[in-house]
Order: sequence, then C-alpha cells, then structure tokens
Amino acid sequence: MSLYFTKEHEWIRVEGDTATVGISNHAQQALGDIVFAEAPQAGRQLKKGEEAAVVESVKAASDVYSPVSGEVVETNDAIAEEPALINTDPEGEGWFFKLKLADPAELDGLMDEGAYREWSSNL
Amino acid sequence: MADDVLTLPLDAWHRTRGGRMVPFAGYGMPVQYEGIMAEHLWVRTSAGLFDVSHMGQLLITGEGVDRALETLLPGELQKLGDGRLRYSLLLNEAGGIVDDLMATRQGEGFYVVVNGATKHGDIAYLREKLPQLQIDYLEERALLALQGPKAVEALEKLAPGVSELVFMQAGRFSIDGIDAWISRSGYTGEDGFEISLPGTAAEQIAEALLADPLVKPIGLGARDSLRLEAGLPLYGHDLDEQTTPVAADLTFAINKRRKEEGGFAGTERILAELRDGPINKRVGFTVEGRQPVREGARVLDGEGNEVGKVTSGGFSPSLQQPIGMVFVASALSEVGTTLTLEQRGKLFTATVAPMPFVPHHYVRKGAQKS
Repeated sequence: MSLYFTKEHEWIRVEGDTATVGISNHAQQALGDIVFAEAPQAGRQLKKGEEAAVVESVKAASDVYSPVSGEVVETNDAIAEEPALINTDPEGEGWFFKLKLADPAELDGLMDEGAYREWSSNL
Repeated sequence: MADDVLTLPLDAWHRTRGGRMVPFAGYGMPVQYEGIMAEHLWVRTSAGLFDVSHMGQLLITGEGVDRALETLLPGELQKLGDGRLRYSLLLNEAGGIVDDLMATRQGEGFYVVVNGATKHGDIAYLREKLPQLQIDYLEERALLALQGPKAVEALEKLAPGVSELVFMQAGRFSIDGIDAWISRSGYTGEDGFEISLPGTAAEQIAEALLADPLVKPIGLGARDSLRLEAGLPLYGHDLDEQTTPVAADLTFAINKRRKEEGGFAGTERILAELRDGPINKRVGFTVEGRQPVREGARVLDGEGNEVGKVTSGGFSPSLQQPIGMVFVASALSEVGTTLTLEQRGKLFTATVAPMPFVPHHYVRKGAQKS
C-alpha cells in the first residue's frame, strides 16, 4: 500500500491496481466547514487531472481532480449524506471514490507523504 | 500580508485569538476563528463579538443638516429624534444606490456609518453634493458589534444602562471606563449592539468582552451567513449604483412623507417604480438539495434565456440548506415561484422564499428585565 499526494491537495492510496482518492487534512482545513460533496459515479472514466468531484464549504466551492487516470469503481455515499465527515476524517472515512488504475506509471509524478506534509506546511 | 493592505486597531489581537486574516475592503480582517458554522450558531444562541472597524464612521454637521441629507437619502431625517437610528440609502441622480448606511441623530449632527469598501467614495460624493456641510471622517475610531440573544446580558455588565436602549436607539455610555457611543442595532437579525470607541481602547474593550464566557469572537464569514439568513442585503453584491431602492425591495427606507414630497436624488424614477413596480426585484430563494448556489449564478426561463442573477448565496447553518438572494423579473418574484438556476453548467431548482429566512429578534420596546 502506498500513499501519494498532489499539489491540488488530493491524496491517493494505492492497493494493487485499485486506488482510493480524497482530499488532504490541509485541504479540509483551508476549506472550513464542508456542507456538500459530490463524488463521481461508478463506471465513469477519469483522466489524470480531470475534475472528478465537487466539494463546497460554507465559504467556497472547490473542484477535486483525479490524481491519475482510471475507471471509478466505488463512490463513498457517506460523504454525500454527511459532508462533515470530510472535516473530521479527511484521509480516512471522508474518502471520495475508488478507481481502477489505467496507468500505474502516472503515480511517479506524485508526492509521497513526507514531501507533501513538508510542502503543504509551508503554504 | 501585502504592503497595501492596511491594519486596523485589533489586527494583532485577532491573530493572537487565532483569527485567519484575509484582505477585505483594503484591510486585514479575520474571516474566521474556530470555524464559520460554529461561530454562526454561537451568535444565534449566545453572543458574538465582531470587529467592524473597517466601516466608515462619519460625523456630519452644519446648518440644516437633516434637510440637506434628505436631498440624497430617501429617509425621514427631519423628524428623527436625538439618539435614534435610521437605515437609509445614499442615492445617485438616477436613483441608484451609492451605498447603504445607518444614520443617527447625535445632537446637532448626524453620526453615519457607511460600508468599508465604499467609504472614501461616499465621503467625496457627500462633500461634492453637500458643500455646505462638514463631513468628518472619524478614522481614529474603532467599531465593534456584539450580537446575539445574550449580548444584552454581557454588555450590561460592562456598560450599565445599555439594556434600556431599544432597537435602533443609541447613546453615550461608559464601557469599562471608556467613553463610547453605543447603539442597539446590527447586521445579524439578532438583538445586539454596535460600539463606537477610540481605536486606542479597542483592545481593552475586546478583551473585557471576551472575558465573559457568553462571548466569542466572530469572523467575517459568519457575519455574511448571518446577514444572509436575516435577509439583509450586502452592498457591492445585492446592491449597487444601478439598483434602485424599489428593485432592492428596500422601500421601507423611503418614509411616507418622502414618498409624497420626493426631493431626493432619483425621485422621478423611484416614485415611478413605486407606482408601476420595478422591472426586476430582489427576492430570497431556497434550493432543492444541499449544494449552495452562489453569487453570479443565472436564472433561466423555459427557453434558456437569462431572466435574473443570484447576488448572494450560501449554505444556511441555522436551516441546514442552501439559501440566497436573487434579482428576477417582477413576474417571477412571488413567493412560491419555481426558479431554474444555472451554476457552472449545472441546473438547480429553487423556490422564491420569504425573507428573513430566520426570524429577526429585535428588542423594540422597553428594557428586557430578566
């Protein structure tokens, strides 16, 4: 299992050829109280960098981009019903969707956890 | 923070208190402390302290000041009693709104509070149009707001006598030993007070208020969601120089005598709109589902034509649903009318709703003894 992050503050946890995607703790803090989340439905084909999900706080709307390409295989319905989960457990229960990796080589350009935590703490 | 962002008297205090500072109206201002949702609900149930020192505080004096101001404001100022406030609108010759403001008769003059982003323009406009008056910009003064059902309990301890004020009444009080001008007014729909005091004393008074467990500091984020629930327009968003008081549904600010006599900037257009109805009108709306529809979203008719625009929108922490304000063709302004809104290519179903979304809790009569 490997955990990666993007400069747009998504995280992606890879197990075999399946990856789980969400937004980082840093991202949820910056957004504040999240009141709405919409994740892509199973079957949707996503390209790396494509707008995949929407998350809205009291303050602002934000897009969530797919860190890699692949087919959505599962959606976390819990965040639609309880968007505050993304605030309370952004890198756990507050995940957005799972996808089947189209090209594992795309992971190479992403940050590992240590690099991301250091980079984001200086923003 | 950039060099061109000015600091207000409480800047360091906000940072110490954990305020997340953002540039607003040219100043560094706290957008939130612990979080907008929690701060919002705190104001609805207890008492919240807002720093609104970015707003323009003016003292306007001169011979016939009330009559002179009435040439630009459509409110009844001649009969406004000492220490009484009136919400009013600064108008241009076309009847558009240059700013919205609070005017209080203060002895010989008027104490006027205008919006932060528009204050310099307002001062220039007033000086140009009313050269016979003295317009003093009270730049050295800070402005705090204490809002919420427990505001009176918290403030009475520090400024004895304030509980005697009723909504839209003001007077001089000593607060923790500091001379202040305090009004029972605000921008949240709750009971509360606005406290004008020397900037040099702002930190002392903010500390004294915060020492009370009833009081928490509140940022601009909750200020916006609170005023939206209260149905109160925000200048630069819901109001601008192209919008008339009638279109903005603020005709309550045009008093009876002024409707009969006119004599304010834009009288012709405003009286015609009062008679015939405006083309567009500001109304409230609720949205199906949970996704907020924000400023800039379009209202579409059955053929996909734009028939209005959202000017404020967000998620209501009290009602747990998206709400907003929209200008729509008058034919679509009746409560209950279904509206189709378009935001970033997505369509939403909204319904015209009465405002305020959350009832006002103003104290209009007598002191509230508990």
